[in-house]
Amino acid sequence: MTTLLKEPKAKKLGLKERYAHLTRGLGWETTYQPMSKVFPFADYEGIKIHDWDAWEDPFRLTMDAYWKYQAEKERKLYAVIDSFAQNNGQMNITDARYINAIKIFLTGVSPLEYMAHRGYAQVGRHFVGAGPRVACQMQAIDELRHAQTQIHTISHYNKFFDGLHDSRHMHDRVWYLSVPKSFFDDAASAGPFEFLTAISFSFEYVLTNLLFVPFMSGAAFNGDMATVTFGFSAQSDESRHMTLGLEIIKFMLEQDEGNVPIVQKWIDKWFWRGYRLLTIVAMMMDYMLPKRVMSWAEAWEMYFEEAGGALFKDLARYGIREPKYADVARKEKGRLSHEAWCTFYNYTHAAAFHTWVPKEEELAWLSEKYPDTFDKLYRPRFEYWQKQQEAGKRFYNNSLPQLCTVCQVPMLFTEPDDPTKICFRRAEHKGETYHFCSDGCCDIFKDEPEKYIQSWLPVHQIFQGNCGGATIPDVLAWYHLNNGVDNLDYQGSPDQQLWDAWMKDRGKAGG
Amino acid sequence: MAQNVSITLQNTDEGRAIAAAILSDNPAATVASMPSLTKIDCPGRLEIRRDSVETQLGRDYDLQELQLSLISLAGNVDEDDERIVIAWKN
Amino acid sequence: MAVAAIGPYEFQPKDRLENFHGNQVVYLHWEDHLMFCAPVAFPLPPAMPFAAFHDQIVPAAYAQHPDFVSIDWTQAEWKLDGAPFTPDPAKGLKEQGIGHKSVLVLRTPGLTGINGSHA
Repeated sequence: MTTLLKEPKAKKLGLKERYAHLTRGLGWETTYQPMSKVFPFADYEGIKIHDWDAWEDPFRLTMDAYWKYQAEKERKLYAVIDSFAQNNGQMNITDARYINAIKIFLTGVSPLEYMAHRGYAQVGRHFVGAGPRVACQMQAIDELRHAQTQIHTISHYNKFFDGLHDSRHMHDRVWYLSVPKSFFDDAASAGPFEFLTAISFSFEYVLTNLLFVPFMSGAAFNGDMATVTFGFSAQSDESRHMTLGLEIIKFMLEQDEGNVPIVQKWIDKWFWRGYRLLTIVAMMMDYMLPKRVMSWAEAWEMYFEEAGGALFKDLARYGIREPKYADVARKEKGRLSHEAWCTFYNYTHAAAFHTWVPKEEELAWLSEKYPDTFDKLYRPRFEYWQKQQEAGKRFYNNSLPQLCTVCQVPMLFTEPDDPTKICFRRAEHKGETYHFCSDGCCDIFKDEPEKYIQSWLPVHQIFQGNCGGATIPDVLAWYHLNNGVDNLDYQGSPDQQLWDAWMKDRGKAGG
Repeated sequence: MAQNVSITLQNTDEGRAIAAAILSDNPAATVASMPSLTKIDCPGRLEIRRDSVETQLGRDYDLQELQLSLISLAGNVDEDDERIVIAWKN
Repeated sequence: MAVAAIGPYEFQPKDRLENFHGNQVVYLHWEDHLMFCAPVAFPLPPAMPFAAFHDQIVPAAYAQHPDFVSIDWTQAEWKLDGAPFTPDPAKGLKEQGIGHKSVLVLRTPGLTGINGSHA
């Protein structure tokens, strides 16, 4: 009798099994060298991990799926970029003033994507467990993709508009760009657990929605197909990064009770650091989108107060509370964007983008969205500046601003309970005096003064003679900023002349 | 009261189909539309079911394809072959 | 608290006095005039008499404001590093306690900015 022996057909593995195969059993206890030498950064921050295998990636993204879907995203994005260029998409935006927000994005945000790539590659090397290492390595690749696609997309605008020609160089030198640069350098010079709390949790999970969701929706509303597409292409990765952010926090909190106060301290610090960084996004939303989707205050309510409120309620079971000074952020939401825009209006002669007094209908929108603050505190100065400009005396601030030692933003913020008084805070350390914009920044300094006494404050660096010379034109040349072209008011700028010529031709094209 | 979980999708063909599937499976969900995106909020818990998305799309669907349509989310995520659950534990 | 670090972590402050080529940094702020968005900073010789600071630096910073010509300097109030301060015009900055990274705040009673908006 012959028996036909047939191999049983292998059952297809479920997602959970496939993911387990990807992330388990890849690591081993080393024997030639002690583990502490192979992973030298795993312990020094004080975080205790007892079981790295307890890590779960909620999306369980496997490598084959990762390559497949990332490739699909790239194909879609580059088809749009080609189409945008072929169809002269630059002419279909609402108004060339809008491009100034993209200039800030390219010089302030895209270099951070690259820094994030480096940061996650580093953490992906230094974590002991295979699960979080795989997640960090995927994110490192994503972040590099974000930097590249943003540069590719925005390069189309560089063919026509000013201030986009040397973003990487500017990021390292221009005064207001020291705010995002120092933010990321602070995170990248911390250990792997603080880095993930800073970037994955506080920044990606709690705060980046405010940049990528309502602002990108605003880009769509203003006809900027290119930016919307890279924005959402990046944001689809971002959702995965957000889950990593929440997962790492829960993982640390579940592994050891002793981790709770350390994590809370980092959440407090990085909420405040990230929130101060978003000051510029507040201004981009309220002042730089010719057609507006929602105000900064509304976005803050939707994405921090509501979504963040739910998040911190969920984390309460671990003993984690809402970040310290979230109440201050709540008090500042009616003034943040106005104080920031006025600052750049003061100093746009030293910036790689243009500013302007909002048009009448835009002032009306601001009055409507900010009924408690705008007409009383901010409208009068805009009306005065408008009159001065019409008289040929456009206001520029001739002196350099005092900066906060921690966030490096000019000391533009007002007292939490009095929007008419500048908020001054100070601390002494080893006989030196340091100044801060807020209790949040002052606390961060006092916790690690040795770190922030090294702050490269652009105004002080100019005074020390490290920025190309003593006059504004010297410094602008050192920034690679074309004086009279990239800077100053939008009125009379080459950008405006180009745009007005396009719009005039558009009228003629009918014949 | 349960806190809202949330998912934000692109206003693309697939994004619209996923949104329709979510709304049919989660009666408590509410929708906010903004230029180029749709934000769905739901108290406590929200589920994306593979079979419902397939019904809407009229083709086979692998839930990992969600990566192509997703903009943002809020809540703890748990994914397997049949469904993605976004939930708060409290 | 000390920085958690993998080795010794000690650095010189970047903004110490000797890095400013003989100058010291002085911050100036005019209350109720937030048209100037933030306090301003100047590198100044420590021996500069307050009169020179008053006659040269203050107008360079603030003369553009329409309130500036209306200032009654006999009524002007100064604060140095948070405490009430009466400047001596003849004395140098350092000599009367205005040190490196000191903050001078000016208040001009009766002047509250454009249309009383503190700007």
